[in-house]
Amino acid sequence: MNAPARRSSAGIPSRSSARRAAVVVGLYVGCVVAALAVAAALVAMTGGPWRKVLSALLDGSLRNPGRWGTTLLEATPLLIVALGVIVATRAGLVNIGQEGQLAVGAAAATWVAINFSGPIALIGVFIAGFLGGALWAGLAAVLRYWRKVPEVISTLLLVFIAAQFTGWLLSRSFLLMHYEKGVMNQVQTSKQLDPATRVGMIRVAGNSFPWTAVAAVAAAVAVGVLLQRTRWGFRLTMLGHNPRTAQRIGVPIVLAGASALMLSGGLAGAAGAAMLAAGAGGYTFTPGFSNNVGWEGLLVALVARNRPLACIPVAFVFAMLRTGSGFLSSTGVSRSIAEVVRALLVLAMLVPPALLALRERRQGRGIAAVVTIAEPLAVPVQVAQ
Amino acid sequence: MSIVANTFSDVLSSEAIYQSMIRFAVILAFAAVGEWVAERAGTLNISLESFMIGGAYSAAVAYGVWHSIPAALAVGALIGIVVAAVQAWLSHWLTIDQFVVGLTLNILVLGLALFLDTRWAAKTPVPKPTQIPLLHRIPLVGEALFGQPWPMLLIIPLIPLAWWLLFRTRWGLEIRSVGDNPQAADVSGIHVNKRRRQAILFAGACAGLGGGVLVLGQVGINGYEAGHIGLKGIIAIAAVIFGGWTLRGTVIGCLVFGYFFAFQQAKLVDINPQLNASLPYIVALAVTAIFARRTRQPRALAQPFIRGLT
Repeated sequence: MNAPARRSSAGIPSRSSARRAAVVVGLYVGCVVAALAVAAALVAMTGGPWRKVLSALLDGSLRNPGRWGTTLLEATPLLIVALGVIVATRAGLVNIGQEGQLAVGAAAATWVAINFSGPIALIGVFIAGFLGGALWAGLAAVLRYWRKVPEVISTLLLVFIAAQFTGWLLSRSFLLMHYEKGVMNQVQTSKQLDPATRVGMIRVAGNSFPWTAVAAVAAAVAVGVLLQRTRWGFRLTMLGHNPRTAQRIGVPIVLAGASALMLSGGLAGAAGAAMLAAGAGGYTFTPGFSNNVGWEGLLVALVARNRPLACIPVAFVFAMLRTGSGFLSSTGVSRSIAEVVRALLVLAMLVPPALLALRERRQGRGIAAVVTIAEPLAVPVQVAQ
Repeated sequence: MSIVANTFSDVLSSEAIYQSMIRFAVILAFAAVGEWVAERAGTLNISLESFMIGGAYSAAVAYGVWHSIPAALAVGALIGIVVAAVQAWLSHWLTIDQFVVGLTLNILVLGLALFLDTRWAAKTPVPKPTQIPLLHRIPLVGEALFGQPWPMLLIIPLIPLAWWLLFRTRWGLEIRSVGDNPQAADVSGIHVNKRRRQAILFAGACAGLGGGVLVLGQVGINGYEAGHIGLKGIIAIAAVIFGGWTLRGTVIGCLVFGYFFAFQQAKLVDINPQLNASLPYIVALAVTAIFARRTRQPRALAQPFIRGLT
């Protein structure tokens, strides 16, 4: 995508390639600034003080004591979810059901956490989270490869079903509900995790964040290696670019696609386990536990343009919006502005590469880059018999 | 077993459930008819949801300003077109992945509606049913079909209009051809992406209108709330798939999903609340699983068109 910029970095940049790089950078900066300006204009239009909004966002996310640790805490599941998105996208699958996969993963993790204890149980919590998410995404994979249901639709519908499903799990005391004797109206939450199954916190200068944050960064590297340097990753990439060629070369389409979708869901589920073990919901599983982390993680991957390492800073910025928007109430501006900013940022990052590709096509440089990630889902892969 | 049979007959004989079914089905049909046109042109528009949200919110606000239902519906349709234009140009001019654009728009428009609602609160009337003389007295289904507020009746001309546009005009032929074989359409001189954009704009107008009808013309809704659309756009897409990309099937799909929404709302059957709440979505999954494979879909569905690429 950034071919011009990359080409210029090798050797001495010629004048034209330097200019091209400047255009690329300028376009990105321009688009992001435009997105933020639109958001500021929206705040101003509704009569809010946009300077105060910005300052409250920064206070809540970085400046106040202990806040950047909280932001790191929030960034961790976002990053893990985003890595899962990238895996599916690489295979040309559009998994947009992370919100549900995360909830089911967290529910599975909760079940392990309240039924077992000890340090091994903590590992079990993460494995259960992964499996829960993977199975939920597996439903979409089955529908995709057996019944040809577009995974865009099925994963999305499964988000809603997951919310009800986890709600049902919480309404049954033999599953997840914490039943308290003598209480008339049982609150539908799980039992609190005992300290042995919580992740440890790293404390730096008055900030504390879980070690899962470090693990998530390692996972980003691992996913990058997996996709770039392994046979499986290469097959996925081929499948994503051209399923027909991939099949003719001998990539097991169903196996590769389904495993990508399940790994994708599994990472979302593991993110749910990480949230739970790091204290989301007060170490309990509650209805609405996923709290939009799945959706936002999805956006992180879009902004990072499906590069695992780029997800790390983007996840942090999105976590800043999460933690910062909690401080907005003092300014009287609705928290939902954070949602608008997020979506605008995504658009701002999508437009420049597409514009550049369009310009290349217009200038007759051939099809330098195709801005597409979706496998043509309508066309069944047919092999000449 | 007899309990099930009894409740089933209750469900079939209750006048209220038919009314509520038609209400849901009409809203779904507004969106689904538009989506049907867009899909025939080759776009799987998941941003249909955002068209509806935009239409619903803007229509409600416009009603608060002008106190006129026709004007408010027009504003709803217009905002639907505006949101659709974003989807259209991003996905069929810049050729950014249509699902990515759609998802982002869904989040953006929902966020915008929530945010702007804090400043310009939506105001809606209590809709009055328009009873068509004599016909509304038909037992069982009379009130459901002929006793609804008038904006819902707009679906009656819309469905044949969509059919006529697609099967009786040059434009419709071109729409269908870009959905089935964009390369061939391109060499025969049709501007593929332009036609696809126009189809999306049509979908935007229909879905925006549907959103407007939802908040202005439905007894029992009473005003605008942010969550009113609640994945109805996605269910409308499922209805198109259910209908096998035919208009007749799409409308039947809307009725089927409308029935399950009504069933869910009426809580006639004593099943656990979570299962009841997720019923329409489970049914949507199940029917797409049954029908997605059998029917012939537009061959270039969800594929971007870039000249010279394939």
